Amino acid sequence: MTPLIEFKDIYKIYQMGDSAVHAIDGISMQVYSGEFLAIVGPSGSGKSTCMNIIGCLDVPTKGSYFLDGKDVSHMNDNELAEIRNKKLGFIFQQYNLIPKLTVQQNVELPLLYAGLSEKEQAARAMESLERVGLADKAKNLPSQLSGGQQQRVSIARALAGNPSIILADEPTGALDSKTGKDVLDFLKKLHQEGNTIVLITHDNTIAAQAERVIRVADGKVVYDGIADIRKFAPIAHAGDTEVEQ
Amino acid sequence: MSLKKSFVLALSNILYDKMRSILTMLGIIIGVAAVIILVSLMNGMAKMMTDSFAEMGLTTITISTTNRGGSRTIDEEEIYAFRDEHPDLISGVSPTTTISGTVKYQTNSVTTSATGVSEEYATMKSLELQDGRFLQYQEIADYKKVCVIGSYIENELFGFGSALGESIKINGNSYRVVGVLKETEESKSGSADDVIYIPYTTAVRVSRSGTISSYTLTAPNQEIVTTATDALEAMLLEKLGDSDYFRVTNLLSLLDVATEMLDMMQILLVCIAGISLLVGGIGIMNIMLVSVTERTREIGIRKSLGAKGRDIMSQFVIEAGTVSGVGGIFGILLGSVLAIVLGNLLGLTATPSIGAVLLSFSVSVGIGVLFGYLPAKNAAKLNPIEALRHD
Repeated sequence: MTPLIEFKDIYKIYQMGDSAVHAIDGISMQVYSGEFLAIVGPSGSGKSTCMNIIGCLDVPTKGSYFLDGKDVSHMNDNELAEIRNKKLGFIFQQYNLIPKLTVQQNVELPLLYAGLSEKEQAARAMESLERVGLADKAKNLPSQLSGGQQQRVSIARALAGNPSIILADEPTGALDSKTGKDVLDFLKKLHQEGNTIVLITHDNTIAAQAERVIRVADGKVVYDGIADIRKFAPIAHAGDTEVEQ
Repeated sequence: MSLKKSFVLALSNILYDKMRSILTMLGIIIGVAAVIILVSLMNGMAKMMTDSFAEMGLTTITISTTNRGGSRTIDEEEIYAFRDEHPDLISGVSPTTTISGTVKYQTNSVTTSATGVSEEYATMKSLELQDGRFLQYQEIADYKKVCVIGSYIENELFGFGSALGESIKINGNSYRVVGVLKETEESKSGSADDVIYIPYTTAVRVSRSGTISSYTLTAPNQEIVTTATDALEAMLLEKLGDSDYFRVTNLLSLLDVATEMLDMMQILLVCIAGISLLVGGIGIMNIMLVSVTERTREIGIRKSLGAKGRDIMSQFVIEAGTVSGVGGIFGILLGSVLAIVLGNLLGLTATPSIGAVLLSFSVSVGIGVLFGYLPAKNAAKLNPIEALRHD
């Protein structure tokens, strides 16, 4: 069985004046369809760069990235856009809804770029909004919704294109703990329904909700295993200041 | 992405921030309105000019000679002889001698001028009579003191009474009124109703010079006017020896010159209006550049959802085209209304032509697309990660 995500010795190196900064310093990993993976690490650990590469927003300096068996590490911008559209669904910390567009128009966006007919766009957007329980807000503007509702709209948008991977970047970061928990529960539900979810976070307690955890530090994988709090916690807490906050 | 949907999105974008959209469009609105107004007014002027020329008779040719002590003039026999030789070129001939002065009837008087003409003049100028008849050949041959007057003169001298058969005094000499012309221009002073026609022979006799210095001729049709003019010039040059002593003019060539001048003026004015359209376009580019910076995050979101460079590009180009197109429509409406209002004030029929409307609309859309291109290209080039981080 081919892994859905496969990193083969990936490097991302930024040239800062004379020195080279290794944002990702040789990461290899495999993620299979149906997994619920959390990538955890403090800021500057390389997890965001990791997410950008998984999300096809960026390409590695060295190494190969196979997405669903296809090498995407040397694709051009247009090909990457196509991959993002077909294979990935993003959930961002700041929801990233377009304020001028209605909830429904926001959810339709990936379908619009996929070239679906208007009728199909509307039908699938409504179906997706139904799943997050916000079908009645379809004609509202994002600003008329609460934070939790906006995040659910962004989940609906991520689901609308029926992607292979749902990529959630600090999805609870801007929410209070109760709404954050609701969002996480919803992600778990999606996982139970068979979706592959990659969660990026700096928060160990949130990462622990996943079924597998990859911990990165200084651009390297320092832990890759099940999210067992007993095994996981001592490592997680070692030198991690963000947990204390 | 379908064009229709892009349009709808672009329109909703315009409505989202109405104030800014109106300010963006203002340049285009003013530019298009200026083009419409200028073109309409110029068309109205051209039409008025052509109409009044046509009224004066486009087949008319005028000869005027400079009087230098008798030897340099040409007498009417020579002109009549020319007509007899070239009936295909000249159909009507009338010497014209103008005497100005005071015209009196009892205690009423009016200052005007009387024109000495031949009996053919009425036919040549399509004059229509209300009362009586026009001058006759015999009266001209006999130096009779008779006259035909315009309705303005009749009104001024006789009030509501009839002038027919009465005697009026022109510079002290009595003339019998044999005909009154139909009113053509509301009997205003200086109009075609402010005329007195007398036999040219009489006019020559009472005038101090005693010679005929000008002739009015007509060609059988408009096409022949230029040929007839050339033939007359050749004849006169032969008789008088120098082209300085005479001038042959026709309204057709005057009309050509006037039309040419009007066309040039129109081009000039449209160029000036075009500059304001250009400035409007730069205004659009300016706002679009700001808009791209402001909407960097939106562009990042769209790219993360799978928008390609060309999707972003077309979105911004269509937006710019829609903004300026909508501005163009407003400009056309404003320009048409103002053109009609101004036209009425100036007494012109200034209706905007379909051509001007279509042209200015497509130019405004074109300008939007052209000036939207650069900002759109900037937007399309944005890196999605950096764009997403922007706030």
